[in-house]
Amino acid sequence: MDFRTPLAKACGLGSAKAGTSHWWMQRVSAAALIPLSFRLIVFLDLCLTGPYQQTVGWLAVPFNTVCIIAWIVAAFYHAALGLQVVIEDYVAADGVKIVGVWAVNLAFGFMALAALIAVFRIILIG
Amino acid sequence: MATNADRPISPHLQIYKLPLTGIISISHRMTGVLLSVGLLLFVFIVSAVSGGADAYAAMQAVMQLWLIKLLYWGFIFALFFHLCHGVRHLIWDAGQGFERETLDRYALMELKASLVLTVLTLIIV
Repeated sequence: MDFRTPLAKACGLGSAKAGTSHWWMQRVSAAALIPLSFRLIVFLDLCLTGPYQQTVGWLAVPFNTVCIIAWIVAAFYHAALGLQVVIEDYVAADGVKIVGVWAVNLAFGFMALAALIAVFRIILIG
Repeated sequence: MATNADRPISPHLQIYKLPLTGIISISHRMTGVLLSVGLLLFVFIVSAVSGGADAYAAMQAVMQLWLIKLLYWGFIFALFFHLCHGVRHLIWDAGQGFERETLDRYALMELKASLVLTVLTLIIV
């Protein structure tokens, strides 16, 4: 039996520390994604319907390269932050929760790297 | 510790009718998760572009399948909906827009804006 009050257990443990920056970066990446998403849609449409040379040439234009790379960094980061919150909200067991957040972060880090390297390969062609 | 069976229970999700703002809220989360999964599609597309003309043509053929096309346009609509409601979250974070009478009106505006943006994308881009 634990006779300590909830307050006594919480006192001295400090804040959640990294919680504020997680929340803040979710907003910062969201704000970045608002204009970048419109550039992404132009790129996606070109990929789906445009001829190969035109797509490669479009991405090789420095402004477009920067926009798409910035979108990749912001989007995969934003997705990992968001999925972390979803896991933390719905998974009660600590072990599964921690491993789940790890898995999400590693998976999205890996996917972002794959996408970035693909972009670098494309601009070398273009 | 003895439990009292007569305690009031919270409304069960299958019985409780969510208000429009509640539906929008959970849709924001669901579109967020689905868009995250959809990022796999982006990795596939951009990898195909980097793979040369043949890989590019194969990717375009896959993206022309009607089921994939449906998924793609679902992704675009989810993106716009998530973006529109995200803007509202940013407004809320600034401490604005909590007036009760604006809640449903803004929710409908978000839905209309995301539909209009999706249709505009279909036409223009």
